Amino acid sequence: MTIKVKAKLSDGVVNVKLLMKHPMETGRRIDTATGNKIPAHHVNELTCTWKGEVLFRSNLGPAVSKNPYLSFKVKGPKSGDELLFSSVDNKGETDQGKVIIP
Amino acid sequence: MKVSSTTRRALLKSLTFMSAIVMMPKLVLAAWPKKAFEDDSVEAAITELYGTASEPSDQVTLKAPDIAENGAVVPISVTTDLPNVESISIYVEQNPNPLAATFELSKSSLADVSTRIKMGTTSNVTAAVKSGDKVYTVSREVKVTIGGCGG
Amino acid sequence: MKGKIILLSSIVLATVGISAYAGPEQDRVAFQKFFHDKFPRTPKADFINGIYSIDAASREQWLEIEEFPPYEIAIEEGEELFNTSFKNGKSYADCFENDGKNSRKNYPYFDPKRAEVVTLELAINDCRVANGEEPLKYAKGKLAAISAYLSFVSRGERINVVIPDNAGALQAYENGKEFYYRKRGQLNFSCFDCHGAASGQRVRADRLSPALGHVSHFPVYRSKWGGMGTLHRRFKGCNEQVRAKGLNPQSQAYKELEYFLSYMSNGLEFNGPGARK
Repeated sequence: MTIKVKAKLSDGVVNVKLLMKHPMETGRRIDTATGNKIPAHHVNELTCTWKGEVLFRSNLGPAVSKNPYLSFKVKGPKSGDELLFSSVDNKGETDQGKVIIP
Repeated sequence: MKVSSTTRRALLKSLTFMSAIVMMPKLVLAAWPKKAFEDDSVEAAITELYGTASEPSDQVTLKAPDIAENGAVVPISVTTDLPNVESISIYVEQNPNPLAATFELSKSSLADVSTRIKMGTTSNVTAAVKSGDKVYTVSREVKVTIGGCGG
Repeated sequence: MKGKIILLSSIVLATVGISAYAGPEQDRVAFQKFFHDKFPRTPKADFINGIYSIDAASREQWLEIEEFPPYEIAIEEGEELFNTSFKNGKSYADCFENDGKNSRKNYPYFDPKRAEVVTLELAINDCRVANGEEPLKYAKGKLAAISAYLSFVSRGERINVVIPDNAGALQAYENGKEFYYRKRGQLNFSCFDCHGAASGQRVRADRLSPALGHVSHFPVYRSKWGGMGTLHRRFKGCNEQVRAKGLNPQSQAYKELEYFLSYMSNGLEFNGPGARK
């Protein structure tokens, strides 16, 4: 549950910002100690749902910066509603996050 | 041949269910676009993602710095007033694999997204927007420099 | 000893055009005036934002990063570490007043009994060792996270180093000052050369930040590091970049440099942790 989320409702639009903790290794970097390539390890997908409905999804690749930041806007959710976030990376590891709209 | 009413109801039910699946927004069904992320040109990746070539448009706004403070963390924003935007994607032309990220929008989403990307070197950054059946793009150059303080 | 201090200070001050030496407070006034005069359009309080206080294009990118800065991950980790008990049942709260809140302003200080400068990072490890725990490494990782948390809950406190009337303290201050002005490394630069005289100018594509306010915003999440680093981590890296020997974090020389630089920034607000390139 390490996806950090901030949400702000203004004029009917929910502005969502999220920060994930993830190394986002490209698979091209060389470990200076061993001389071997550090394997690719990056988030593939981030999904935001509200009341079971998918509001937003992002496909990410290794060119997204370490500790990915995403920001997007949606209409519909109201103050007090909960948005749920889930991610999966190229190794199949998952992560979650949530926010209650203030 | 006459079909019994129970069978007909069962058939109708299953047909409705199946058409519901077909009608479900693409948002839920699409898998991670591996090939697009592995394409080595912007045009190939766009075509792979959206099945169509793109055309430039001044109705897409791409916000990016002229000179990136650090190529590892370049803030990017894309907005547009074009209608029926299903998807927005960002490409770094000089990266080995240009596609950086896609944003799949639902009916509830606004066409206004931001992220931070890695750029290996000075490059054009392109934003593509799928509006209806068409894909519109805008590009701008972002310089990535060698700092003097080990940046 | 006192004569040696005064002689060295006179030489140093002659470089910046001051004749009679009256002590650290006079140094501070001159130091701050130097930067206020060099960057007249920068509000005095804004020097805590480093290069972003004088370069608009990088400021804009920094503000984008500040929308959701990556150091928030470290603050959260630091808070958790701070609130985790040691094996003996005690915790950091037993060493830092007020549950750590507003404790940043107490550092660095000169401890006459130990005859050394005590920094925030040193105090964190002092706490660990006093409670039977292994010390943490000083440059990054868990210690930087705890420092990030303590800095965050101290935001807004003013830098206010008070040099006690003690020969050791004054010597520590003078050592730090001497370090700042002495040229070093194959590139033969002093801290002052880049962060004083040439501040605001470019070295390749980087603009050099002014030394005034340098200590206010550490530890920092540097895009280059992809993670957090303490002030001394940056001192070491910077020394290596002018091809001088980088010293170990929390070595005497770096603590004294921090002591001097902090005194020079007295009056400015602590605004750590920070995000930098």
